[in-house]
Parts: sequence; C-alpha cells; structure tokens
Amino acid sequence: MAVRVQQAAFDAGREMDALRAGNPQVGAVACFVGVVRDFNDDASGKCGGKAVATLTLEHYPGMTEKALADIEAQARARWSLCDVLVVHRVGTLAPTEPIVLVVTTSAHRGEAFAACQFIMDYLKTDAPFWKKEATPQGTRWVDARATDDAARARWEKP
Amino acid sequence: MLIDVLYFAALRERIGHARERCDVPADVATVAELQRWLAARGAPWAEAFAQTTRVRAAVNQAMAQPDTPLAEGAEVAFFPPVTGG
Repeated sequence: MAVRVQQAAFDAGREMDALRAGNPQVGAVACFVGVVRDFNDDASGKCGGKAVATLTLEHYPGMTEKALADIEAQARARWSLCDVLVVHRVGTLAPTEPIVLVVTTSAHRGEAFAACQFIMDYLKTDAPFWKKEATPQGTRWVDARATDDAARARWEKP
Repeated sequence: MLIDVLYFAALRERIGHARERCDVPADVATVAELQRWLAARGAPWAEAFAQTTRVRAAVNQAMAQPDTPLAEGAEVAFFPPVTGG
C-alpha cells in the first residue's frame, strides 16, 4: 500500500515490476499514467485550444497524502486487490511529461482494471491538487470539469 | 476561538496570502459561517470568495461541507474545485 507525492519523474514500468515483485499470487497488473498535453482544451472542451508551455501543480501538503491514502483504502475495501501504488507529481512540468501513476495488482483482471479507474475517478474530484497552465497568452488556472464529477458519481450508483 | 485558515490556488492569489490565524467569535461555528465572517471583512476576501466558483473547504485536512463544525485549533482550508490527475 503506497502513496507518493513528489517532484521527480517516475518510471511506470519499473514501478509496476517493483509492485508485483515477490508476489506470485498476482495474476493481473493494471496501470494508468496521466500525461501533460501540449494543447489545452478550447471553450467547448475539445482538443486544439491554446498551446501549453508548462503545467504547474500546486497541492495541500499533508492533506494530499491523506486524501490519496483514503481513496486507496476505499478501493481495497471494494475489490480484492494484492497491492496499489499511486504516485502524483507536483511542481512545474512540460508537455509529454508524466503527471500521475496508478498501479493496481490482483489475482484476476476485473478487480485490477476496476480499482485503477475508480482510484483515478476519485483522485480527479477529491485529491487537493490544482493545475495552472502557462501559455504564450499568460497563465491560467485549469477549471474542474463536470465530466469528472459524473465519472465519480457513477461508482456510487446502487 | 483560534482557527488557522489556509487558502490555495486562485483563491490564494485573489486574497494575497496563503494562511492566517483568526480569532473567531463563538457564533462562527461552521465552515459556511467562517466563510461569511471572512467575506464580511470586505476586500480582498469578499471579492475573492465571490469570484471563485464553487468554493470548497477542508477541516483538519479532510474534505468538509458547509455545515461541518469547527473546534478550537482547527485548520480550515478554502480552495477552488480540485484539478489533479
């Protein structure tokens, strides 16, 4: 069970290997990597808006780790998992750099896939990070999206 | 009672500082009442809260609701909706 908030980049492949190392019960490894894009979305939410030069991630030290650990605990309570790793970067990142990593391991693929998506959907609405884009036109705080609230809400339907 | 108030992201930029210690009267007992009490100071708090869509809050580093109660020594953070991931 691990949650890391860090400035340094991560190597997804190495983290996946490390997470399942020494556990022959793992039959499935699911992984998500979020990456900085070079264009933000235009007003309609589609690709092809303003060019992004850098993305700066602010966070709430102390609460960030607690929120991610709580999300991981919820995933473990819902699904039978072997292990979970969440790594989220902070600081200033450039396009094509990785931002966030979620790795889940389980005996079978259903749990690993579902838990990985669940963790991302909850991270997008509940983890205290804020993104600020720098473009040639100046800086701009990224807006939260209704689609993220909807994605989280889907997990709560009976 | 004494409360630590923290501001993040665009809200912090609009207010101009990241944290402050407040001595609030006894009738400021919830998150919503604290936000109103801060906004009642006028600029920059009033405009900052008014200009931030859907202000969110945390109490003692856990997401809070408008009616979440406050106790002596609480750490209350105000911020825009989160955008991590």
